[in-house]
Amino acid sequence: MRPFGYSRPSSVSNAILEVREFLAADPQSSLSFLAGGTTLLDLMKLDVVRPERIIDLNALRDELGYTRSDGSALRLGAFARMADVAADAEVIANYPVIAQSLSLAASAQLRNMASLGGNVLQRTRCPYFRDPSWSACNKRVPGSGCAAVQGANRAHAVLGTSDHCIATYPGDFAQALVALDASIVIAGPRGNRTIPFDSLHRRPDGNPHLETSLQPGEIIAEFIVPARSWMRRSLYLKIRDRQSYEFAVAAAAVALDLDGGMVRDARIALGGVAAVPWRAREAEDALRGQPLTEAVARTAARLAFAEARPQSHNAYKIELGQSTLVRALLQASSMELRP
Amino acid sequence: MNKTLFPQHGANMGQPVPRYEGRAKVTGEARYPSDVRLPRTAYAYLHISRIGRGTVQAFDLAAASAVPGVIDILTHETIGDQIKQTPAIYQGGYASDSFRPLGSAEIAYWGQPVAVVIAETYEAAREAAHRIGVTYGPHSPPAADMDSPDAVAQALVPMAIDVGDFDAAYAAAPIKIDARYSTPAQHQNPMELFATQCMWEGGRLVVHEPSQYVNSVKFGLAEQLGIDPERIRVISTYVGGAFGAKGFLTQRTALVAIAARRIGRPVKLVATREQGFTVSGYRAETRQHVQLAAEQDGRLIALKHEGWELTSRADTVAMGAVSMTTRLYACANIVGRVNAVSADRSTPGFMRAPGEMPYGFALETALDELSSKLDMDPVELRRVNDTRTEPVGGLPYTSRSLMRCFDEAAAAFGWQDRTRQPGSMRDGDWLVGWGCASAFYPTQAGNSAARVRLTADGRVHVSSAGHELGQGMYTMMAQVAAEELGVPIERVTVSLGDSDLPPAVVSGGSAATASVAPAIMAACDAIRRRLGVGNSPPAGVRAAMEASGMGVIEEFAETRAHGLPLESVRDMYRGKALPTGGVSLPDRVQFALGAQFVEVRVHALTHEIRVSRAVGAFAAGRIINPRTAHGQLIGGMIWGISSALHEHTEVDGRNASYINANLADYLLPVNADIVDIQAIMVPEEDKLVNRAGVKGVGEIGVVGVAAAVSNAVFHATGRRLRDLPIRIEHVM
Repeated sequence: MRPFGYSRPSSVSNAILEVREFLAADPQSSLSFLAGGTTLLDLMKLDVVRPERIIDLNALRDELGYTRSDGSALRLGAFARMADVAADAEVIANYPVIAQSLSLAASAQLRNMASLGGNVLQRTRCPYFRDPSWSACNKRVPGSGCAAVQGANRAHAVLGTSDHCIATYPGDFAQALVALDASIVIAGPRGNRTIPFDSLHRRPDGNPHLETSLQPGEIIAEFIVPARSWMRRSLYLKIRDRQSYEFAVAAAAVALDLDGGMVRDARIALGGVAAVPWRAREAEDALRGQPLTEAVARTAARLAFAEARPQSHNAYKIELGQSTLVRALLQASSMELRP
Repeated sequence: MNKTLFPQHGANMGQPVPRYEGRAKVTGEARYPSDVRLPRTAYAYLHISRIGRGTVQAFDLAAASAVPGVIDILTHETIGDQIKQTPAIYQGGYASDSFRPLGSAEIAYWGQPVAVVIAETYEAAREAAHRIGVTYGPHSPPAADMDSPDAVAQALVPMAIDVGDFDAAYAAAPIKIDARYSTPAQHQNPMELFATQCMWEGGRLVVHEPSQYVNSVKFGLAEQLGIDPERIRVISTYVGGAFGAKGFLTQRTALVAIAARRIGRPVKLVATREQGFTVSGYRAETRQHVQLAAEQDGRLIALKHEGWELTSRADTVAMGAVSMTTRLYACANIVGRVNAVSADRSTPGFMRAPGEMPYGFALETALDELSSKLDMDPVELRRVNDTRTEPVGGLPYTSRSLMRCFDEAAAAFGWQDRTRQPGSMRDGDWLVGWGCASAFYPTQAGNSAARVRLTADGRVHVSSAGHELGQGMYTMMAQVAAEELGVPIERVTVSLGDSDLPPAVVSGGSAATASVAPAIMAACDAIRRRLGVGNSPPAGVRAAMEASGMGVIEEFAETRAHGLPLESVRDMYRGKALPTGGVSLPDRVQFALGAQFVEVRVHALTHEIRVSRAVGAFAAGRIINPRTAHGQLIGGMIWGISSALHEHTEVDGRNASYINANLADYLLPVNADIVDIQAIMVPEEDKLVNRAGVKGVGEIGVVGVAAAVSNAVFHATGRRLRDLPIRIEHVM
């Protein structure tokens, strides 16, 4: 870990003021925000990221640590702890996919520390990204290449990758947000803006180091999930190599609006298999107006992976990802909802 | 839930007394070696090689030296010949490998220490280590594993076993199995990292280091530093897990010692988790070939077991457990072969059940394949091949309770309800499978000494340079002395883990209790003789002590293990007390044996593999403390599940590096993976193995579990899986 400047502003507006001053003084220097610290501190100790200035946002928890719901939307402050939101009765009852995506992530200790905003920005677990002695990593050093393509890539992505990066987006919560058409409120030096959550993460394409559409100095302030009564029929299915404290090898966030046995509407996002939180719209389209049988679910799952591109060690994810989605859809369709 | 959380006192078992040091551990009062605070400590941080083979051409230390707080940087250029060569234990020396620390510019493996930064703080040392520039000379890609064209296989002729005429018997047999198996590299990953603190006081060096053998560190370090061993004291009063990784002297200790000498201050090193993957030895990957031939009734006619084990170029290390797998079942025609395959990797070493885990996996999976082919219950297959004498040398087992273990475990498991056909025990979306396997571990012991002091007020102090690895050494030592002298255990105190104490065997090979308990008993005998109460039961020691008018009696005793020559006693005083026994004795074989039963569930759609139940039964002679023994056994069984489904050190072939060298990516089971686990201690008496009648339980719990899991996966899915670990993609 290298020396860095540190400050702890007391409010969002003070934080933005500090950002403005800092960027004005030296637009090229690197700035990191600190929330729960469960990703940033690890990567600093590994010498992967070397911020010159840390702005600790933990004082914003009072302002932005809420979970609240009105008739039209669920609003989650970006500094709410994962554990608190996962345990919220309203979230559990009406947005089970959100509660499950949070409670199946990480460990109890990490969920007690990690913030929602930090969680969606969690960096990839690609071992070649996390070890700076590998010179080739386009995410870490733009233009340096990708060591994973010829390396151990059992855990890597099959959807949304490029020749420049095959890293998997590691999180879970983001799949629930993508599936439920969430949006985020961003605070920044040039004021607040609201964007659809699924425009936050950028596919690697030719610039894997540009992971999100956040501009320098911008802070995620809030998540907004539109309220729909059928979100109660939703779940997060996470398949992994051990039962807990482990990243997904394949995961599916699904929500179903059923009319008798027929699908009126469906929301599907995939995790553990893609470079970014992955909305599977083709699969959703294939379900609409159909009865939710295993055959229909299989057809939808095939469409979801139609563009999948395997690497040397991860071809199994294409079949496993489909099976995971099929199982998630069948499980969601058979959920018993209290009236 | 754990069905035997408070194990019952059974036949030939001592009392399940709670841990001697339990309170100190849970309150944080216990001081592990890295917890010891020394005055004016400086901190060390390793910089390790990032190539798998080659040379260091140049260092750029300018940026590192400029980090505020940096005191010294050790490289092969700055320390010259300050550290001398000491041979590895495989050549009769003390070290876990034969690489001289910072010995030259040559890089022999990825992760080799190439520089050590000493600084005022850990953070400064780490930052400076990150800023060290190393230019490597031109180098060709290393041989990373057995498949590399550059890897060199070598048959280990002394390990070959030939009985009868295997080829003829195999050719003529009606039923045959011919299969190849593999197991991956694995690392012990004890919770406590590899730490070393060194402090020079006058000409004397004190080392605080977690160790399974303080005297190997003391004597080996003395050779490396060229000083009198009596000037070195190694202290290791608590060890936060070892599992073979802390068995012998590693390169780090001399580096910290000379750093402390150079700067005239204590120096502390705590290697990172990643660095720990190459600080010590590990379980090397194996390939194995098993051929079995049997009569229609299941009796074995021919057995061949050949293994290939990866090793470093510098050291030929092989666990070679065909010496055991060829001696478990009656069979007239046997071949055993072991090969070492040298590659550009660090030297492997011992990891809990070092040879027994991989070789047991192959043999016991092959036996299950045979039972399927015969359409015979796998338990019955073991029964028809049970024996009282081992088939290689014709030597008798000192005791053998294998089938009793199978019968008790089968009953507890409910094995009679198993339907034989693979895939026949489905539960909704889950495919259920049941499998079993034998567990075995050689019974060993080494020379040890102990000192016991009895005071007039009825207090007892026991001391011996054994080691508390979490297995219950303090408790065992206190318990044996309390029983021998007839005092309440609360009146007994214990000293261990200190090279200034009477020497004891390395705490490895499940031999610590079998070695140290007899020495304590011998010292207690001497006290009783002094009091004139002879070898009779301990009642009356207290009264005799009062009547004698003496304030203190202190006795020292040393014991020599069966099978060791007289000269070996001198070796004990030179840090070379290694255990023997098992299959190495001229007159008999000694094994602890057991049976493992496992239930797995494999999801029909998404293929996750989970162990929902495990029952093991083990017969290991006298159990001194059923509570700590039970902890070792279920801990071992969890290791077995882990070796079957989780653990796998991944090697990147391009630079022979370990790319999952952290506890997020190197998978171990978490609590949620361990659902229902039961260890049954089958009463067994064996007066031959050693005076305490103890066979040891540190490792046997691991053995056979991976085979039982693989056999259960076959039963669930019809897929025969011969390569560990078994993962989702293998059952799709």
